[in-house]
Formats: sequence, structure tokens, C-alpha cells
Amino acid sequence: MGDWKTITVPVLSSDSKNIFHYTSEKKISPPSMNSQVLRLPLPSSKNMHSFFSAFCTEENIEQSISYLNRELTTLGFPSIYAESKGQELNLISIINCMNELLVLQHKNLRAQEEVEMQHLKLGSDMDHLQNCYAKLKEQLELSKREIVGLQERDRQLQSKNRNLHQLLKTEKDEVQKLQNIISSRATQYNHDMKRKEREYNKLKERLHQLVMNKKDKKIAMEVLNYVGRADGKRGAWRTDKTEARNEEEMYKVLLSDYEQRQKQLLVENAELKKVLQQMKKEIILLLPPQKQKPKERSEDGLVLSDPEEDIGELNKENMWELSCETVREQLTNSIRKQWRMLKNHVEKLDNQVSRVHSGTLNEKDVISREDHELETEKLELEIQQCKEMIKTQQQLLQQLMSPCDDDTTLLLQDCYLLEERERLQEEWRLFREQKKNFEKERRSFTEAAIRLGLERKAFEEDRGAWLKQQFLSMSTDYKHSENVTTPSAFLGSCDQDNRLVKSTSQRKPPCMLSGPVSAEPCQTSQYITRNSAASKKPAGDSKPNQWVESDKEETE
Amino acid sequence: TPWLSSPALGRQRSVGFALLQASCVQYRLVVRDARTLQILQLYTCLDQIQYIEWSSDSLFILCAMYKRGVVQVWSLEQPDWHCKIDEGSAGLVASCWSPDGRHILNTTEFHLRITVWSLCTKSVSYIKYPKACQQGIAFTKDGRYMAVAERRDCKDFVSIFVCSDWQLLRHFDTETQDLFGIEWAPNGCVLAAWDTCLEYKILLYSLDGRLLSTYRAYEWSLGIKAIAWSPSSQFLAIGSYDEKVRILNHVTWKKITEFEHPATVASSKTIVYKEVEKSPSVETERLSFPPTRALASSLFSTQSKYDVSQVPVSLQHIKPVADRANPKMGIGMLAFSPDNCFLATKNDNIPNAVWIWDVQKLKLFVVLEQLCAVQSFQWDPRQPRLAVCTGNSKVYLWSPAGCVSVQVPMEGKAAAGTSQASCFQNIFPLVNQSEHYHVNGSDAFLELCENGYFCLQKRGVHNEMQKT
Repeated sequence: MGDWKTITVPVLSSDSKNIFHYTSEKKISPPSMNSQVLRLPLPSSKNMHSFFSAFCTEENIEQSISYLNRELTTLGFPSIYAESKGQELNLISIINCMNELLVLQHKNLRAQEEVEMQHLKLGSDMDHLQNCYAKLKEQLELSKREIVGLQERDRQLQSKNRNLHQLLKTEKDEVQKLQNIISSRATQYNHDMKRKEREYNKLKERLHQLVMNKKDKKIAMEVLNYVGRADGKRGAWRTDKTEARNEEEMYKVLLSDYEQRQKQLLVENAELKKVLQQMKKEIILLLPPQKQKPKERSEDGLVLSDPEEDIGELNKENMWELSCETVREQLTNSIRKQWRMLKNHVEKLDNQVSRVHSGTLNEKDVISREDHELETEKLELEIQQCKEMIKTQQQLLQQLMSPCDDDTTLLLQDCYLLEERERLQEEWRLFREQKKNFEKERRSFTEAAIRLGLERKAFEEDRGAWLKQQFLSMSTDYKHSENVTTPSAFLGSCDQDNRLVKSTSQRKPPCMLSGPVSAEPCQTSQYITRNSAASKKPAGDSKPNQWVESDKEETE
Repeated sequence: TPWLSSPALGRQRSVGFALLQASCVQYRLVVRDARTLQILQLYTCLDQIQYIEWSSDSLFILCAMYKRGVVQVWSLEQPDWHCKIDEGSAGLVASCWSPDGRHILNTTEFHLRITVWSLCTKSVSYIKYPKACQQGIAFTKDGRYMAVAERRDCKDFVSIFVCSDWQLLRHFDTETQDLFGIEWAPNGCVLAAWDTCLEYKILLYSLDGRLLSTYRAYEWSLGIKAIAWSPSSQFLAIGSYDEKVRILNHVTWKKITEFEHPATVASSKTIVYKEVEKSPSVETERLSFPPTRALASSLFSTQSKYDVSQVPVSLQHIKPVADRANPKMGIGMLAFSPDNCFLATKNDNIPNAVWIWDVQKLKLFVVLEQLCAVQSFQWDPRQPRLAVCTGNSKVYLWSPAGCVSVQVPMEGKAAAGTSQASCFQNIFPLVNQSEHYHVNGSDAFLELCENGYFCLQKRGVHNEMQKT
């Protein structure tokens, strides 16, 4: 793009020199388009004259012409002189140049409009952007202030947190200190207590001595007579034997208590073991048959990981009676393993169900609920139908098998015969109807065949005649009027057909050489006309048939 | 005035297994027929009787007079028979029967010694250095063994004696600071010994003196207040000053659960029975002047009934004074029902409530909220029925079927005044062991007997029998 050459038409001076002056100067395009809009205003009607006379007057016609010529040539237009150096003006060239200039002017105006439009748009965009910018700046300010505020709060909270931690620590220290104080005081009190107690014991001993020494005869028991023992036995002396006996008694009591407890525990244990075994069996049954992973084998070590083997073990009835360590461990480990498997299985099922509900199910071996329901419905329907069928069959069977009375059987038989008879009659009627139809068709076919034969004969005759005609009229005028007529509809009237024939005859001049071929159209036309006159059948129906037939003849 | 009487129930063979009741008034011992309140026997003692106790076979009654230091024993079969035991200058602070009903154990003053007097022989046994604590003597349920707490050289010991010949079976020391009490398990094979409330520690010893286990819940705070064995010896319930009951099991002697006693009952599965007063309706036409006795009593006595409160219920809670010893806080009373199904507890911080726990589910079952502070409760020895008394003229009975409040009719001058009327302060069970009844004494109390009778005793007034 070159620089815009602003050609400002001077309005003020009418000097021709100025014109040149202006035009030579103002070729620099201004940097900003805003200030210097291409001003090429149409002059007002008032100073139209003066405007027009400003440039070219009666005195400087030649110069202005030559000037114009120069300008135009520089602009790329053809010269306006008739010849290169002559004075005659080439009117046409001038007019052309004018026209071109007008066109250029229009274009320029349009371009200017566009530029102005764009300028406006850009201006509004700029305004918009400036607004946005201002708003964003505001927002940024706000956020900055907020951040500062939040930071301040954060700092405060942190300091509070630190203070609380400090407080907690001091409290803990104090608690520890108090505990230490308590414990030291407790030991001190204990010590003091012990000291006092010792003193007290000493006093008690002294008192006891005094009391005993007094030889108080009053400390005695007066009883009328001694009572017998509660259990009726006589009192015995305390000897070593009695001591031993007492020890024995005591141990017996303890042992019996332990034995009782152990018995209870054994019973409980046996019950629990039985329950565990049952649970294990049921869990194994619940689980789907799975392949044992090889790594599980190595994990459990001693434990048999094959469920079949486990079941085999279960069958050993005496296993639960053994209470040794390894058997117990085995049982608990296997129960745990089976339970884990069952848990995994249930979790898997849960996942599947949840996936189905969320609608992303794609697996083959799991069917969605709707399908499942549909299937069940279908199956139920089938079952219902089968059941009904079975019922009816059974009924029939029963009827057959069951011995009825003679009367009923006769009646039944009669019923059946009647049914059969009626059916036969129905069939006869149908058969007769069909027979009638067949007869009709046969007749029509024979008629058609006869007709066909007749027509064939006629056709042959015509063919012969036409061939003769052809031989006679060999030379024909090739120059025909070129009537390009659109081929009329084949199913039209007879006239149309004639026209058609005509056009075809016209159209087929080059084919006249082969005799029999060219003879046909005339014959066929005759044939057609005859036919249409002969039969009352609609032209449309018969024609295709016959025409096809004639085509067939043609090809033959 | 010190408490006066402690009635007991006994059965007198000669009278044909009648239900007897003994009470003492001043220095007289009165034995009545429990049903008819007819006086059957009357004995006179030397001094004011402080304590009476029936022997295990209900043939003898001992009357202890602590001031005089004398114990007198009376026979029901032979009213002429008498026995007097004089402790002399040694003094007397406590006296009790041995399980066989033929020996009397006297604790001398300052707990210098325990003298075992025999009614069958002339033999006397001494047990030195008995410990002066709340429960220093414990007999096994079958009466074979006796455990005595002792203290020598500032250390606690336990001695186990064979009751048949008073031979020392075992003697061992306990790792306690200050042994507070000992109690046998009902199966007679385990002895629980617990420390003073300054130290939460309970030790379990086997019959042969081996330490089976020690249990400490926490340090420094006040510890054990009361314990109770379940009748099957399966559980040991420990009530402590932190308002909780901890249950230990007999297999591992470890805590299996804790029962809390908060001031607000929030669990929706708990039934809360609240005692409400209903003022009696007065028919104004019936009023006459001067008012008859019955009318007066019915006017002034307040009926009460139980209402089921909706949880959450907040109970009356008191905070004891912090600078007093033996504060009124913590679980002060525990009792298992005889069928091992329920445990009744009382939190001294919430004095108006009785908490009943379901032992099978180890959960709170029922809370009884009374209008006055609960003084005492006891289980019926045969069935899960709890009787509660709160110091007024009513007795409250709870069973799993429901809760009822029974007004005890007063007789005589007791009706007019209120000071004498509201004196039911204690309840006593009948330990149902074959045909024996064993009762402890205190002020007024309530006794439950197996035939559906119970006996109420008020301060200074004769016993009254009521049918339940």
C-alpha cells in the first residue's frame, strides 16, 4: 500500500500556479488518518462555477490540458491526445479517462467509508478496552486490599494460636508440677501416718498388757449349759491331722470350682467350634466356585487353601474333638480366609450393582435390571402359555382316555362328523369358485391367443406390403425441415402418435439404408391406428404391450 | 440417742415354723409372731441393747450391749437357757455370730483383738491385730471359711480361718496402703480386698492365698466406694467416687464395661419412672369436726404415683462440698438382683435416683426418680423385685413389670405428726438360704420376706407388718 496521496482541491485561490504548488506538495500522507480525512467534498452549487473556473480558465486551456494529460498518464491512463504530440484531443480517450476517474472516485469513496467505519469501530473498541482496564484496575486494587486484610487476620490468628500453645504448655507444666506436689505430699503423709500408727500400736500393746495383766476374772463366759453343735458332731482337738485335713478340704473346694469352670468352658468351646464349622461350610457353599490363586497358597502356609480339601477335612467328624493348638489355628485361619473371600465377593457384587445403577455397565455376564425383568416377564409368559397348553392337552387326553357314556360318545362323534362335513362343504365351495375363475381365465387366454394369431398374420401381411413399398420408393428427399419437436408422450392420442411417427421418420434419415428396419415405423403406425380403431380398450394399456412386441419384432 | 432396736426375722421350730420377729426396746427383747404380731417371748437384758442378731438356725438371739461390754444370748427353744459373755475392761465394739450359729465373735475396744467364744465347748480363740475397717470380717456363703483383715507393723494382712475348728488356714499380706474391706465371692473361692478411697486398688485372692489379679482404674482421685459380687460370681461391680461403676469378669479379671451415671439421661431405650405427688381428693361433705383419725391421716398424707418421663431427663444433681472428708459423691450403693439379671446402683451425687442396669445387655434399663433422697434399697431374695425407701411413709417397689408406690398406713399418734411418721430409713433383706434369715440392724427399716410380707420398723414404734 502506498501512501495516501491527498489531493486537496484548493477552494481559496484561483491561481494556476498554486494548483501545481498544491498538487506537488501534498503527496505526503499524514501519519494519522484521523486528522486528515480524505477531503474531496463535492463543491456546492454556489461556487460550482468558481470552483470549476479555478483550475482551467480560457487562458490556460492548453496548459491545463497538458497538465491533465500528464497527470493522467502518470496515473496510468491512456493519453487524452489523439496522437502523442498533437493538439487534438481524443474525445473517446477523454471520456474513458473520465469514466475511469469516476469509477476510481466511487471506489475511493467506498474505501473511505469503510475506513471511517473501521475507525469508528476501533474507536469504540478502544473505549471499551479502556473501560475494562479501568474496572480491572479497580478490582485489582480491591483484591490487593482484601489480601492485605486477610494476611493481617492470618497473622493475628497465628499469634493467637501460638499464645494458646504457650498457654497449653504452661498449663501442662503446671499440672505436672501439681502432680509431683501431690505425690510428694502423699509420701509425706504416708510416712507420717506410719509413724503415728507405730505410736498407736505401741499404745495398744501397752493397753493390752495392762488389760491382760489385770487378770480380770470378769472376762469370762457364763453359760447355763453348753449347747450341742449345730451339726450334732462332737468337738475335736486341733492337731496336725486336722490341719492337713483342712488344707485338703480347701484344695478340694478350689479344685471343684476350677473343674466346674473348665467344664463350662469346654462346653462353650465345643458349641462355638461347631458353630464355626457350620459357618465355614455355609460360607464355602455361598461362595461361587473360584480358582485358587497360587499366591494365596504360599501365604497361608500350613492352611489348606483348596475348598474341596477343606470340605474333605470337614467330613472328618473327630476333628472338632481335638483341641490342640494347630487344629484350632487351622480352623480359625480357614474361617478367616473364607470370610475374607466372602467379603470380597459381596463387595464385588455391591460394586456391580452400583455400576448398574449409574448406567455404565458394559460387562457381558451381568445383565441390567430392565433386561432381567424383561427376560423374567418373557419367561413367565412362556411358562403361562406352556401351562395352558399342557392343561388343554391334558383335558383332551382325559377326554380321550376317560370312558364316557355311549350316548355322549355318539353325540360327540356326531358332533365331530358334522364339523367335518361342514368343513368339507366349505372346501368344496372354495374349490368350485376357484374352478370357475380358472375357466374364465382359460377362456380369456384362448381368446387372446386367437387374437394374437390373427394379428400376427395381419402383421406379416403388412410387413410384406411395406417392404414392397420401400423397394418402390427408394429415393427420398434428405433435406427435411428441421423440426425439432420434442417427442410427445407415448400414451397420447392417435394424432400425436402420427406426429411421432412423422418425427421418427424424419429423424431416421441415415438409417434408411437398411431396408427392413426403415420400413417398420410406417407399418407399425398403420398397425397402431388399426388397433386403436379396432378395440375399445384404452390406448394406453394396449400400446405398451404391442409396442414392446413390435420392438421385439424389430430386434428379430 | 443411739439407735435402739434391730428387729430380725426367724422361724421357730417349736412353734411350727412360724415367722418370728425380734425387736428390742431399751433393755427388753421382744419376740413376736410375724403374722399376728403376737408377743411370744420376752427377755430382759442387763443394759440397753445396741445390737441383736439371730443365729443362722434361728435358735438363738444375741443381744450386745456395748457400753457394758456384755453379750447375752437367748434361746428360743428353751426360754430358761441363758448365756452371758463379759468382755470386762477389754470393752466391746462389735459382736456377731459365726455361720454355724454356735460361736460368737466379739471385737474388743480399739480393735485390740477378736475373741471367739464357743457355746459348745469351753474353748476360746483369739485373733490378734484385727483391722479396724468397715468390712474386716467376711464369711463365705457356705460358712466354711472366714477371712479377717489384720494390720501389723503398718502393713495389711489377711488371715483365712476354717470355721469348723478355727484353725488358721492361710495368712498373707496384701499390697494395699490401707485395707478398707474384704468380701468373698458367692462361690467361696475368690476374696476381693480393696484399698482405702485415697487409692483405687482392688486385689483378688484365691482361697489358698494366691494373688489372682490386681485392678487399678486411675490414680490420685478418690477411689473405690462400694463393691458387689454377682450371685453367680461371674461379675464384680466396683462403684467409685468418679460416679462410675466398673464391672470385672471372673475369667480374666479385667474390666468389661463401665457404667456412667450422668445427670442427664439421654438414651431413648431407658425408662425413667418419676415419682409425682397427687394430692388426694377431698369430699367436702364428708368433712366433719373434729376430724376422725382416718380422715386426718388421709388428708395429710400425700399420695404419690409413678409417671414415665420422656427422655432426655435431667436429674437433680448436687455438688458436694470440696473440703470435707468422705464427700457425698460417687456410687455408694450397689446390689445385684438374685437372678443375676439386674444391678441396682445409687450415685450419691444424684441422691434421688436409683439406677437399674440390665446385666445381660450391660446397658441402663430403668431409672427411678424419687421425690426425696433414697435411703436404702434391697432386692427380694427370690425374684427380681427391688424395694426402695426414701425416709417417708411410703415404700416403693420396682419389678420389670412396673413400678408402684405403697403407702404404709400408720397407727396411733404417728398419724397426726409428721416427725415420727417419716422414718423409713433402711431396708433389710432376708437372705434366703434354706430356712435361715439373716438380718442386720440399724434404725427403722424394711424387711422383705419370702411369703410376700414385709416388715417395717420405725424409730421407737412397734413393728408393723404389711402385705405386699
